[in-house]
Amino acid sequence: MILDDFLIRAALAGIGVALAAAPLGCFVVWRRMAFFGDATAHAAILGVVLSLALSLPIIAGALVAALAMAVTVSTLSGRGYSMDTLLGVLAHSALAFGLVSVTFVPGVRIDLTAYLFGDILAVSKGDLGVIWGGAAVVIGLIGWRWQRLLLSTLSEDLAYSAGFDPRREQLVLTIALAIVVAVAIKVVGALLIGAMLIIPAAAARALSTTPERMAVLAALIGGLSALGGLQGAFILDTPAGPSMVCVAAMFFALTTLFKAFRT
Amino acid sequence: MTLLEARGLSVRYGKTEVLQGVDLAITAGEIVTIVGPNGSGKSTLLRAMIGALPLSAGQAIRKPGLRLGYVPQKLAVDPTLPMTVGRFLDLPKPVSAERREAALIESGAGTLENRQLADLSGGQFQRVLLARALLNDPEILLLDEPTQGLDQPGSAAFYRQIEHIRGRLGCAVLMVSHELHVVMAASDRVVCLNGHVCCSGSPEVVAQAAEYRALFGSGTQGALALYRHEHTHSHDGHDHHNHDHHHDHHHGAQAPEAEHNH
Repeated sequence: MILDDFLIRAALAGIGVALAAAPLGCFVVWRRMAFFGDATAHAAILGVVLSLALSLPIIAGALVAALAMAVTVSTLSGRGYSMDTLLGVLAHSALAFGLVSVTFVPGVRIDLTAYLFGDILAVSKGDLGVIWGGAAVVIGLIGWRWQRLLLSTLSEDLAYSAGFDPRREQLVLTIALAIVVAVAIKVVGALLIGAMLIIPAAAARALSTTPERMAVLAALIGGLSALGGLQGAFILDTPAGPSMVCVAAMFFALTTLFKAFRT
Repeated sequence: MTLLEARGLSVRYGKTEVLQGVDLAITAGEIVTIVGPNGSGKSTLLRAMIGALPLSAGQAIRKPGLRLGYVPQKLAVDPTLPMTVGRFLDLPKPVSAERREAALIESGAGTLENRQLADLSGGQFQRVLLARALLNDPEILLLDEPTQGLDQPGSAAFYRQIEHIRGRLGCAVLMVSHELHVVMAASDRVVCLNGHVCCSGSPEVVAQAAEYRALFGSGTQGALALYRHEHTHSHDGHDHHNHDHHHDHHHGAQAPEAEHNH
């Protein structure tokens, strides 16, 4: 069967993450939530350690920790805290506590590197199911709320005047972010999830005139970056996750240059 | 029929009470203008009435199923968000191309459909926001300082447009303004706000005074004189019995139409 090839599984995993990260990444860029994404991803490391300690599935711990962090930050953000500093404190503390607490987990000595930088070549068929399932949920959620999310992003007052609560739409994004983090941690790792959210979306911006086009192009660029990164990793014997981010960064440079020369 | 109503509405920012016990009801078809000095809570009142702000006391009541068109003061569009005017008009509900075009033409933004929101000037943006509000076929139009950044002929033209729209749709209009001398002519009622409703009433009195002043070529003086009349008294107590006196003082004998809300 085709899925028996680890490279095919890796490619499918990368594409799955790119598809889920694209529309969400656009909102992360539009709403200036970049650091928010990092905080959520770093919290997931703490979740991974907790699931190892309690012998739970990794995805469950990562999802719960990411969700807890995302909801915390989202709640605090409406209350006049200086978000920049607060996010910095929360993000790095979560990461540090995760890295420290892993030494207290009894039994097998665990290498967290796989969760920090991803281990896409070790993706199993089960992982693939989780990744594509998560991607489907995220795309479904964002697609369902697309119009309302866009209007809330442009103006919360216009959202209220249209009769809906933009805070509920914010919660949709928060949940989607936690899911993307949880499924992407195996593919690109906690430290580079933010990159897969932001870089393809930022690269797509230069070529877009509407939000829909930007989301679709971000998915395309993200998918190509995943495939290109894998190929590069295979040929050059480099780590796969960071290689994917490198390719995405090259896309960003290309589209930005293209725009600069055209105008 | 009351479309939108504030009942004892109060809003706090932290420890500062921006609005205290505001009562205001807008009925179908009327044009109401809220005037007041900077920081008097005009925009806050509008935002509280659409439900965008938590109230510290009182209520903001919408007629059930009210179709409302809100035109905010300005929109900060992040430059990373690509959005054409046409696409923006499709939020939150997609509308037909014909309706989009008609709304743009009616609000004087007929040529802007394919432009990026981020590239529009202040005046163009205002018109696009108005077009978007019209697409909802509003029963009430709420305008937050719609003429900010327009010159006097520009604001006059804008207000004529609003009057025309009101005439066609029969919608109520609630607007916040600092340019009383231009607004007045079209308003059915003027509400003077400074943290609370100082007074409200028919603008006829004021209109005459302003016309008088316009004849003598000092349009802004009319507005300034009016502000002075509404806001020199102390606001820490609830004693506003000297309003009629002030009207008399500034506008001669036609004053008593103003109605007191305290």
